[in-house]
Amino acid sequence: MIDLLIRFFAPHLVPLIIVLVVVLVLPLLAGYVVLLERKVMADIQARLGPMRVGPHGLLQPIADAVKLLLKEDIIPENADRFLFWIAPLISVTAAMVAFAGLTFAPGKYEFFGHLNTVAVADLNIGILFIVAVSSMGIFGIVLGGWASNSHYSLLGALRSSAQMVSYETAAGMALISGLLLAGSLSTRAIVEKQAAEGVWYVFFAPLAFFIYMVASIAETNRAPFDLPEAESELVAGYMTEFSGFRWALYFLAEYCNMIVVAGIATTVFLGGWLRPFEGTREADFLDLAPTVIFLGFAGYCLWRVPRQFEKIHKIVLSIFAGLCFVIAAALALPVTVQPAWKPVLHGVFWFLAKVVAYLYAFMWFRFTFPRYRFDQLMRLGWQWMIPVSIVHVMMLGLALVLQRPPQQGGLGWAWWQGMLVSTGGTLLVAAWLGALGERRTQRIAESGV
Amino acid sequence: MTLNTFIFYFFSALAVISALLMITRRNVVHSAIFLITALLATAGIFLQLRAEFLFAVQIILYVGGIMVLFLFVIMLVNLDVAVRQAAFNRQAWLAILMAGAMMGTVALAVWLGRASVHLPPVKAGALEPNTELVGEALFQNFMLPFEIASVLLLVAMIGAVVMSKKRI
Repeated sequence: MIDLLIRFFAPHLVPLIIVLVVVLVLPLLAGYVVLLERKVMADIQARLGPMRVGPHGLLQPIADAVKLLLKEDIIPENADRFLFWIAPLISVTAAMVAFAGLTFAPGKYEFFGHLNTVAVADLNIGILFIVAVSSMGIFGIVLGGWASNSHYSLLGALRSSAQMVSYETAAGMALISGLLLAGSLSTRAIVEKQAAEGVWYVFFAPLAFFIYMVASIAETNRAPFDLPEAESELVAGYMTEFSGFRWALYFLAEYCNMIVVAGIATTVFLGGWLRPFEGTREADFLDLAPTVIFLGFAGYCLWRVPRQFEKIHKIVLSIFAGLCFVIAAALALPVTVQPAWKPVLHGVFWFLAKVVAYLYAFMWFRFTFPRYRFDQLMRLGWQWMIPVSIVHVMMLGLALVLQRPPQQGGLGWAWWQGMLVSTGGTLLVAAWLGALGERRTQRIAESGV
Repeated sequence: MTLNTFIFYFFSALAVISALLMITRRNVVHSAIFLITALLATAGIFLQLRAEFLFAVQIILYVGGIMVLFLFVIMLVNLDVAVRQAAFNRQAWLAILMAGAMMGTVALAVWLGRASVHLPPVKAGALEPNTELVGEALFQNFMLPFEIASVLLLVAMIGAVVMSKKRI
């Protein structure tokens, strides 16, 4: 019996573990991303942020989660109950299923005689799968907005769908730029190609990365593009009528989506699990960076312990310091005694580090830029981002042809020459488009219509 | 019963049931949702047949398409009235009869011609690599028809914009 169970589960074991991690840890992780966001916001606005629940607010996410679970669940009188019930679930499911396509670390591992990758599924359509599944999430928003039978909600939902439709094209074109360079849709193959070429595609196609970043902010409905939930106009947009746990599900979906788009950007443009200067012998000291960073966290926690006023805070902070020490020790293992573990441990570390850096940029934008007006948002999307991203794809194709060796009809350029030509050409066209738009606006203003 | 058969029957049942629900629901929005589940179940069958690219395209295109359908429902249909209306319901029995007769005819034709419908077995991995095969078919083997179709669609799109806009 047990033998049979092992035989059945062995090929699925690593994927199952990752699924469990995603389903169990992701809500917690999302909670801590919220805490991080509040702390970053506080820092930018010269405040302290949450400080009460746990030392430095470290237990705030757990308190919030418990509060949301216990809150009353209100369904409006004339709401469509079935849809109201199912809408947040659609959003969360779509966001979580999208994780199945992400690959977190290189290589394949033998486990009970089966080869596994550190991913739920090593799909050969990886990126396409993630984009397809995460685009399902919009249904949760539109259905939720429609089902709550409120004008604020409906307006938020309509705005959200318009925004999604406008920016998905630009995001897709930016991704196509990256995929052109990699020549594959599989998340694993994309990063392996970057390792082989020795350049992250953010340096090869900086414009595509920029466009993807802006479009992904718009797609996840975050400031400065958070019109679907603009609180000064629409109360809370599509989730106005949602309370308690359902509202928490929407929130979870939003933060999961952020992590997913950060994961896509990391895979396609930021070299996935690759260390900075991977393959350069002189930069091998960077292998110590994970350990040093976590030792730094642990040291900071320990330094703060005597400054806590309450005993419980001291205990909690010590536990956090211990956790950081354990992680630092685990990350030091590959450097010292077990080089075989390095790909997995350090791969996951660098992947998550890049994801966090991307999320930090999201938060930074949120607290730096004022919200766009809806017509500005549409104009930016349709008149600037979509044409520029399409031109960029063409220019990049040209650069790739020029990069071929002379036997194949190219000029044998280095990658940076191709980068200069494609980015420069696209920027010229963008400037021309901008001038054209300017003239048009002037003409309209003069004709007085 | 192997896992494969089970998955196939699961998705098939899901597709059929949600298709039935789609045409029987009064509320148009509910119908749209069941249309989505039907299409998703079809996508699942594609995935099981190892046509991953078709699976992804099915989801991307139809989700986008139904999204627009949805907005039309929200903006154009007065749902309170539509739910109470008994639309096209008077000839239900006649419709069931006709549909039954149609199904019987098709089933009979398939049954009679079952000897001629025999597809050769496909060897494993015939669809690998999926995306590349679709790309080659569209952009090399059938380049011209593909381009003609895309130009046609572009013309239709521009036409719609020109007709709906008073001032260009």
